Amino acid sequence: MLASQAAVRGLQRSLWRALSTARCVQAAHGKDVSADVLDCSQPQYCNRPDTPLPDIPFVRNLTADQMKLKEKEKGPWTKLTMEEKLALYRLSHELTYAEMRKGTNEWKTVVGVILYFMGFTGLVVWWQRVYVYGDVPQTFSEDWVEKQTKRMLDMRTNPIQGISTHWDYDKKQWK
Amino acid sequence: MSLPKPVMRGLLGKRLRLHLPLAFAFALTCAAAVKFGVTEPRKRAYAEFYKNYDATKEFNNMREAGVFESVRPSGE
Repeated sequence: MLASQAAVRGLQRSLWRALSTARCVQAAHGKDVSADVLDCSQPQYCNRPDTPLPDIPFVRNLTADQMKLKEKEKGPWTKLTMEEKLALYRLSHELTYAEMRKGTNEWKTVVGVILYFMGFTGLVVWWQRVYVYGDVPQTFSEDWVEKQTKRMLDMRTNPIQGISTHWDYDKKQWK
Repeated sequence: MSLPKPVMRGLLGKRLRLHLPLAFAFALTCAAAVKFGVTEPRKRAYAEFYKNYDATKEFNNMREAGVFESVRPSGE
């Protein structure tokens, strides 16, 4: 009986192993998970106009040249050339304010897809009107609407600014 | 390349100096438009209607048309 229990557990484990992603398995084994997983317990870099100084610099692992530049930065900044200043900016920031604010053409895609789906919905509704809906009530028939309008005019409905002002009661016709 | 220091203060005041009068002007214009486009014509229409309104004549016309239940047309 213990052997069969062990066999079942072994089967379950292999099934779980097969279904789970490699990353889960790695993490379960305590291995270092791949770099593209965000560790939110650490400070993150962000490009936000309201955060001019993000928590960490953009480039963490500096090359030898970049280290030299960082050393030079510790001295008087007037000695830095324009290219060096820009290089230092790009080390600590990914985008400039202009680049952050630039925006994309994404809205055109969004509007286009919205209109496309609205069009498709229109076709669906049309099909429904033809093949699904039953007849409209008799109160919409020409005859009924005529009698209804005559009754409204006889009652002097909205006589000041509405429908009865458009009817000529003497000539018995629309004005 | 030494950029000039950007303006740091008075930004809201500067915006309000333009937009507050604009907002008031827009609101007043809307109110005036509604007053002279809607309410004044409506008041005139009502005054015109009731200037020569004969209630009894209208009642009799409606009665003849047969819309009332309390009085039938004079013929019946």
